[in-house]
Amino acid sequence: MKIHEYQGKALLARHGVGIPQGEAVSSAAEAGDAARRLGGRVVVKAQIHAGGRGKGGGVKLVETAEDAARIAGEMLGMTLVTAQTGPGGQRVSRLLVEEGLDIASELYLGLLIDRAAQRPLMMASAAGGMDIEQVAAQTPELIHKVHIDPGIGLAAFQARRLAYAVGLTGPVARKAAALMQSVATVFHAVDASLIEINPLVVTGAGDVLALDAKVTLDDNALFRHPALGELRDLAEEEELEVEASQHGLNYIRLDGTIGCMVNGAGLAMATMDIIKLAGGEPANFLDVGGGANAEQIRNAFRLLLSDTKVRAVLINIFGGILRCDVLADGVIAAVTELGVRVPVVIRMEGTNVDEGRRILRDSGLNFTTADSMGEAAQRVVELAASKSTPVPPSRPGRGSG
Amino acid sequence: MAVLIDPQTRLVVQGLTGREGSFHARQAAEYGTTVVGGVTPGKGGSTHEGVPVFNTVESAVRETGANASVIFVPPAVAADAVMEAADAGVALIVCITEGIPTLDMMRALRFLDGRDSRLIGPNCPGLISAGQAKVGIIPGHICLEGRVGVVSKSGTLTYEAIHQLTLLGLGQTTCIGIGGDPLIGTSFIDTLRLFEQDAATEAVVLIGEIGGTAEEDAAAFIRDHVRKPVVGFIAGQTAPPGRRMGHAGAIISGGKGTAAEKMAALLAAGVRVVQSPSDIGTAVAAAIASDAA
Repeated sequence: MKIHEYQGKALLARHGVGIPQGEAVSSAAEAGDAARRLGGRVVVKAQIHAGGRGKGGGVKLVETAEDAARIAGEMLGMTLVTAQTGPGGQRVSRLLVEEGLDIASELYLGLLIDRAAQRPLMMASAAGGMDIEQVAAQTPELIHKVHIDPGIGLAAFQARRLAYAVGLTGPVARKAAALMQSVATVFHAVDASLIEINPLVVTGAGDVLALDAKVTLDDNALFRHPALGELRDLAEEEELEVEASQHGLNYIRLDGTIGCMVNGAGLAMATMDIIKLAGGEPANFLDVGGGANAEQIRNAFRLLLSDTKVRAVLINIFGGILRCDVLADGVIAAVTELGVRVPVVIRMEGTNVDEGRRILRDSGLNFTTADSMGEAAQRVVELAASKSTPVPPSRPGRGSG
Repeated sequence: MAVLIDPQTRLVVQGLTGREGSFHARQAAEYGTTVVGGVTPGKGGSTHEGVPVFNTVESAVRETGANASVIFVPPAVAADAVMEAADAGVALIVCITEGIPTLDMMRALRFLDGRDSRLIGPNCPGLISAGQAKVGIIPGHICLEGRVGVVSKSGTLTYEAIHQLTLLGLGQTTCIGIGGDPLIGTSFIDTLRLFEQDAATEAVVLIGEIGGTAEEDAAAFIRDHVRKPVVGFIAGQTAPPGRRMGHAGAIISGGKGTAAEKMAALLAAGVRVVQSPSDIGTAVAAAIASDAA
């Protein structure tokens, strides 16, 4: 789960990390008041989850409280498009107003999980304020790294080594090392999966402060941090994806025309891949999970069909725990109840598959069944491309209830 | 022959009295696995699914001689269950649980350092040695005894691959799901080493997915150490960057971890990489035929 800069900074400050003075606001008037309290010369920063805000016009330095209010008025409600938001951009509904600092130098500090080493990895670089992935690609020698032992935390000598490596000396190096240890403490305390401070700044007075903070929390650990769970900003997330997660479904919307419903993440990705190979474009990733029931299948259908670009649906289920007869019943109920108007191709395999196929055949509904993934992909791509979309007839002999 | 589990496996089920634990303990026993007991704190001394329940793994091992454990406990307590099994000296620990906090898993993996236990998973379907034993949730009826080893990060996609092999009459030695989390106990390399050494395994299927560098690491190992034919598939060729595709570990971040990079690395290492997931079975058949020629 991503959180906003102002929230991340508050977490860091609580554990002793220095941050600029600032206030989160949601109106132009509040921004002006905040700027007055902070001395007039402030930075106004749009609070959206994506990075690259500066280049997108979401970070502005102003000299007076009046300018702060004016700029805030312009930013609030605007749709900010950055390299990380995607072309649709993200609507700005909150700003962080911070004191303008006298900055002597900009550094980079990052902490994440190194999957290969199975340890947290702290990275520091003198090349602060830049795109760190670009630094890593072009001048990897400028990035200094230490692994953190999960039983010990970031040792003082490791922090000192990083501080000296990025060119700091004397009391500033000591302050930076202390800050690094605090960041490592926060990482463990909140079950973070990423903390990135870019830039970490040294001020003219020799203070070391986190000028930005990107904090990502481990969703799987939120159960033990209920207060952090409340930092979730649903406005930053796709509405349908939020709804899906409430139903225990994993849904990611894409741009194509073929809706997919699959059990298991790996098979769901492979199904998207095979649709593409067959010449189609998947409209989504949708994993209904290992133990999906009729209720979940109905919810999954509802999600798929709320995307008006969908011209055909492919259901690919390998029943291990999930039985094919249960799946077939669920699909029939959902199609009947929701009045599905696009062609549906079903490929299922596994436990009770013969019974499942019989149920589909006897339903009187116009499903297309396929024996293999390859065949299913071919059929669904053909059906999505055909001009007339066959509507499955309603079940003969039954009322709408 | 097979790897990791066979008729000598004596299985204890952590979380036996839960719904999942009960169901899969029964399935494992029906497949012929020797299930010797279960562990549920507070229910020690009772009997469930026809086997004794213990309060601790330590007592279960002492009383039953268990040498393998499968974990079906909730994510909040799963890392602790892994450590408990390792502390009791269980040689093979298979953690099915999905959704374990990453830092919990990291501490559990550190606990395993220097101990003789092997962890498979977490967030995995476990493993099955066709016709011999199963530890986890892979459906037994799709497997056929034979000579192909399967290793995968996925669950149902693994079933798909096994099913394709079985339809073509290509049986399996052992099929292993290593899990889709960022931190896992057993890597592709660990299983490739086992398959390479296993006399009964003739060919290996490796199924990876986007995220991390485990497939690239596997490619380097295959190039230098694996003589048996390997067929590879990478899921997520069409996945958008920056989005987590179901599995906690399946994410392309900073342009790294793409399917294209992984497929290229495997190809360069001599792996027969298939683009389509429906070609896995036929590619194995072709690999075995040309290897024998």
